[in-house]
Parts: sequence; structure tokens; C-alpha cells
Amino acid sequence: MKKHAISLLVENQFGALSRISGLFSARGYNIESLSVAPSSDPTVSRMTIVTSGDDRVVEQIGKQLNKLIDVIKVWNVSDYDSIGRELILVRVFAGDHSQDEIIRAGQAFGAKVVDVSEKSLAFEMMGDSQEVENFLNLLKTFGIKELIRSGTLAMIKEGNK
Amino acid sequence: MEKFGAEILVDALINEGVEVMFGYPGGVVLPIFDVLYDSPIKFILTRHEQGAAHAAEGFARATGKVGVCLATSGPGATNLVTGLADAHMDSVPIVAITGQVPTGLIGGDAFQEADAVGITRSITKHNYLIKDIRDIPRVVKEAFYIAGTGRPGPVLIDVPKDVSTARAKPEKVDRVELRGYRPVLEGNKKQIRRAAEAILQSNRPVIYGGGGIIISGGSAELRRLSESHKIPVTLTLMGLGGFPGTHPYFMGMLGMHGTWAANRAIKDCDLLIAIGARFDDRVTGKLDEFAPHAKIIHIDIDPSSIAKNVPVDLPIVGDVKTVLGQLLKELEGLSQPNPKPREKWLAEISGWEKEHPLRYEKSKKLIKPQYVIEKIYELTKGDAVITTEVGQNQMWTAQYYKFDRPRTLITSGGLGTMGFGFPAAIGAQLGKSDSLVVDIAGDGSIQMNIQELATAVQYRIPVKIAILNNRYLGMVRQWQELFYNKRYSNTCIKCQPNFKKLAEAYGAKGYTVTDPAEVVPVLKEAFGNDQPCLMDFQVDPEENVLPIIPPGKGVYDTILAPPPKRKKKSSR
Ligand SMILES: Cc1ncc(C[n+]2csc(CCOP(=O)(O)OP(=O)(O)O)c2C)c(N)n1
Ligand SMILES: [Mg+2]
Repeated sequence: MKKHAISLLVENQFGALSRISGLFSARGYNIESLSVAPSSDPTVSRMTIVTSGDDRVVEQIGKQLNKLIDVIKVWNVSDYDSIGRELILVRVFAGDHSQDEIIRAGQAFGAKVVDVSEKSLAFEMMGDSQEVENFLNLLKTFGIKELIRSGTLAMIKEGNK
Repeated sequence: MEKFGAEILVDALINEGVEVMFGYPGGVVLPIFDVLYDSPIKFILTRHEQGAAHAAEGFARATGKVGVCLATSGPGATNLVTGLADAHMDSVPIVAITGQVPTGLIGGDAFQEADAVGITRSITKHNYLIKDIRDIPRVVKEAFYIAGTGRPGPVLIDVPKDVSTARAKPEKVDRVELRGYRPVLEGNKKQIRRAAEAILQSNRPVIYGGGGIIISGGSAELRRLSESHKIPVTLTLMGLGGFPGTHPYFMGMLGMHGTWAANRAIKDCDLLIAIGARFDDRVTGKLDEFAPHAKIIHIDIDPSSIAKNVPVDLPIVGDVKTVLGQLLKELEGLSQPNPKPREKWLAEISGWEKEHPLRYEKSKKLIKPQYVIEKIYELTKGDAVITTEVGQNQMWTAQYYKFDRPRTLITSGGLGTMGFGFPAAIGAQLGKSDSLVVDIAGDGSIQMNIQELATAVQYRIPVKIAILNNRYLGMVRQWQELFYNKRYSNTCIKCQPNFKKLAEAYGAKGYTVTDPAEVVPVLKEAFGNDQPCLMDFQVDPEENVLPIIPPGKGVYDTILAPPPKRKKKSSR
């Protein structure tokens, strides 16, 4: 099933987030990731939700979200030319491999070392979903100890809306 | 001038035109009740908060205005839940106000604390917890606007006690600004054009209308569309009254207990015009056998109703009345097609009507439930507001009472709430004081909110209850008969009160009727009476609602009523 990134502008108000997450659970839609923070207008939050489903389900998700009073606007970003980014914090085991080897792997993906100890090494890395996936696959050879992902942020390219 | 929060709240309600409200008091709403004590709003004290919610619904469904109910925190709020869910399913505009524990105690498991906003989030169109007294006028204004516009629905306002008792200078709010809520009323012009062309090209069109016709007030437009283009009409339960039940183009209700003609027409039509309806499973049955040969036009104000269950060829988002007006105008400008194919189609439908009309076996010994409804229809000539409970009583009402005008049938469609009909009748009567209001009830359902007899008696609300007493949870028993080998597990409710005496104990008028010959005289007496009356019609216990399309099946699986037994011919 295809993944879809949905971008929303919502009232920055008590209850808006639970209304939206509640809608997903009540109607049986899944959420792969969800990120939310105030936009440039502090009364409005920007939310990015990554979900999956066939076209009919995703169309319904859009319509149901639009029905919520707190939702101001909805875009299915996957319908447009867009930019997707995710930030990850990842800690790998440093026991069996030399730290240099691990750091070189990180450099190849533009990752920054943010924490070092004898036993492990932590990176901060950002990229689109493919880059993040590739980086994590590479790190698997060292062994991933801990992984924290921000969820995807998505922006439609200028002139495409 | 500074005022208490409770005063600001009640002023805001009056400002919205509220004349009557239903509810029940309790600790945290004491400040509000204190203001209501000398306010011009007529307050109806029900005997259960569920009754208050359904009464508010009954008022709203009968009048088209927003109904209002009020309950305390905790158990008061949870008792409203069924009514809110019911209103949500059937798009009924109500505003429910609940008290809440003081803001400082929220989250601390205080006495009678329940997260009303959390509990009702998925069964309201929107809800609010007011944390600041200054928000009261804006929230009330928004709540009424949201409840009553677009696809209507319930809105809950949760008011903590300290907000009611705080003091502030009320701000004047006379406009609603909601950037996330702008219902679309007018249909897209190109789509309307395409719909008009599809209508003219069709040889076998059918209109399938739902509750949206009644909510939008679009029945006159619907009738014009049907008559001027010879299009037969079928309606959902929620749509009944949206097109005259006695009209020659009316095929009856469709769906699980719909008429053979309506369901056959859906099967064979080449164009299905769905208007203010939502392709509910009780209507469609097996999805791939629903209108399999038809192009589908779907007009609805709620975009999420369109293409939810069934793919649609021609979606039109907009208010039914407005869109039908646009469509009629568009059609006027186009040349009319040859009427012959339509006439042939109408004749075909008449054939199905004659082949399997609605029918039941008449009896001189036993009261047939359908007979009671036919007599209620004949005596009222359709000039009454009928509410129903849920079950067989509801389906027989839909089949045998001919609803000619909108808002004359008030019934719980989407949620199917037993116990709805009687409190809804009370609410309807308050909205329509000159109308005869009759609750056609089941013996099971009526016991779910029978306590409201006290309300009807206290306020002299002259509603009539006609119980079709089969001593069963009849609809469930019917399914057990048909689909579970007659294993009547927990559906026999022979142990029941003497309803006549019960009514009398409450101070209402009661009747027990066992003889078919008594049906009409008792109905006449009760309808002529200015008191609340309860009639216990002891009917044939194992009568079934037919036809029935078993769940998930198609029209050819319909179980039809057996043809009438032929009388033995006397030998010459
Ligand atoms: C609150 C509620 N509980 C259970 C049901 C399931 N149910 C649907 S019809 C029915 C039987 C109704 O019995 P009665 O009111 O006697 O009506 P009848 O079918 O006999 O006319 C039941 C239990 C329901 N619709 N609502
Ligand atoms: Mg019964």
C-alpha cells in the first residue's frame, strides 16, 4: 500500500490533536507518523501525518479531516511535487567495529556525531525517507541500539499548490 | 455591567432564540439552574438525562430549529451520550450543555468528574470545554451556528462550575468566524450541467432520497424534478415525508424492509439520483448488487458522504434544496426527450407494485400491528407527527403510514435507539403545540424511557403512545426465527407491567386493547383527549416485518409476504 503524507493547518487549540488522532483510530485509519508544531502564525499549527491506504481510503481521510471544525486546510502532499524530510537520532554499538569506521559511514550520509562513549556512538541525521532508510540499513551492520525519529515533515514546492 | 458566567450563558441562549430546553439538575450546574429560575426560557424537567437529549432531538426534528438540553457533570453527562450519538448519526441540530467540576479540579478524579469532551468527541459535530468566562458568548454563538448549518449535528459545551460563578463584563459577539468551517451550498455549475444531461439521456431513472431532503427543506424542488421529468422516487427511512407517500410516482421505502418495487427498480435503473442520502448498509444490502447498471449522481452537503461506500460517477457537493433548484433551472433550458421510454419504465414499476404489494394477513380475532398503523393513518389523514421506537414497530410504521409532508416522521434511523420515540414525542409536541403527536412504540422500547410519563403529565404534554405489544423484542425474535432456527434466546418479554395501570399510576390515561373491533374506538378517544394517553394494543405476537432482504444479500433473495390465502369457493 502506498504511503501518503498529509499536511494540515489546524487551529492551535486545546483538543485539536486528540480530535485528529481520535478520528484515525475511530475510523480505522493508520498513522505511521505524526508531527505537529505551531506555524509562523502562532494561532495555527502545522501537522504532517504519514498514513497508508488505497486511493479511496486516503480520499476519505482527507474528507473526514476537512470536516473537523479545527482543521483549516488539508493537502495530500503526495499528490504534488514536494520536499519530505525526517530527522533521526540513532545510537549504534561501537564494540566490534572501530569508531572511525562508523564515523565514516555517518559522513557519507552527512550525519553528525552527537554523543560518543566507549560502547556506542550517536548520530543526528536528516534526509528524505529514502536517504534515512538507506542510512539505517547501513547502520544495521553495526547494530542499532536506539532509534528516535521525528516523523516526516513535508512541504509542497513553490508554484505547485 | 459585570455578570456571572451562568447569567452570560443563559443570556447567550436567549440571544440564540432558545424558548424551551430540556434537562436535569445537579451539583455543578446549580448556578445555571439558579439563573433559569427566573428566565423566560421554558424548562422541561425530564426524568432522565437521556430523555432530555432525545426530547431536544424531537424538538429539533419536528421544527428544524436547534434543540437544547442541559445536564450536570459525570453521570449527567454520560447519560446524554446516547442522545448525542443518535443526533450525530441522523444529523440533528442540538446543543447540549453539561456542567463540569471546577477547572482547578479537572484531571484529579473529583466527585462527579467525567471527561465529557473526551467521551463525546466522536459522537458530536464539535465540542467545547470553556475555561475562560470571556469565551462564553463566542462559544455559544459558534455552537448554534455549527449545530444548525451545513450537515447539522450535535454540539456539546462543557462548563466548569467556577466559570459559571466567575464574574465578567460580557462581550458582544454577533458574528461567527470559523476559518475551518465553511459549508458549500451551491453545486458546481459544470457538474449540474452534466447531471442534467444524464437525466435527459436516461430511460430508466430513479430518485433515491434521504434525510437531506427534509433537512434542507427541498421537498418542493424534489417533487418538481420528479413530476416534470417523470422520475419515480424511493426514500430511505430518514427521507420519508420528503416526497408525498401517496404520490403515484412514489415506490415506497427501499432497502432491507423496502418494497419489492423500489428494490427492483434500483436493480434495473440506468440512472440513480441519490439526494441527501448516504448509501447506508440497511439501504444498499450487498454492495455489488446495488444499482449495478446505473450511472450514479450523488448530491450531498457532506463531501465525506460521497463515494464513501459506493463509487459515484457524478458527485455534486451542496445543499440539496439549492442544488435541486439549480438543476431544475438547467433542465428548463434543455430540450426534453421522448417521453415514451419513461412511460414504459413507470409501467414496469407499476407491474412490480402489483406483483408484490405490501401486504399482511388480516384477522378478525387478533389485532394485527399493521392494522393499528393503517387506522392511525386513516384517523389522522396523515396530519400528525409520528415518532417511533425501534424494531418492528418502526418498520411497520415506515411501510404502512403514508407520510406526505416533511418532518411528520421522527425516528431514530442511523443509531436505531430503543427508547427514543417517547421522549422525542415530548420534544416534538413542545415544538408543534397544535399537532397531534403519536409515538408508535414497541413493548420493549417503551420500557427504556417510560419514566418520561411523569414529564408528560407534569407539563400536560398530550402525546399519545400506541404500543404494538407483541410481548417480544420482536425484531430480534424475527431474526432468530429466520436466521437462528427459531431459538428465541432472551427475546421473550412476557413478564411486563400492566401498561394501562402503569400509565394511570403516573396520572396519564391508559387503555388495554385486545379486540380488533376496539382499535378504532380507542384511537378516536385517545386522539380526542387532551391528556397524555397510553394505548396497549396486544397484537399478534409472531407477526413479521416483510419483505426482508437478509443482511448482505440482494433483491432476488427477498423474503416476501406470502400471497393471500384464497377463500374456499362455495359450490353452486
Ligand atoms: C438501546 C438498544 N438496545 C438494543 C437494540 C437492539 N434491538 C433492535 S430492535 C429490538 C427489539 C425491540 O423490541 P420492541 O421495542 O418490543 O419492538 P418490536 O420489534 O417488538 O416492535 C432490539 C432489542 C436497540 N436497537 N437499541
Ligand atoms: Mg415488542
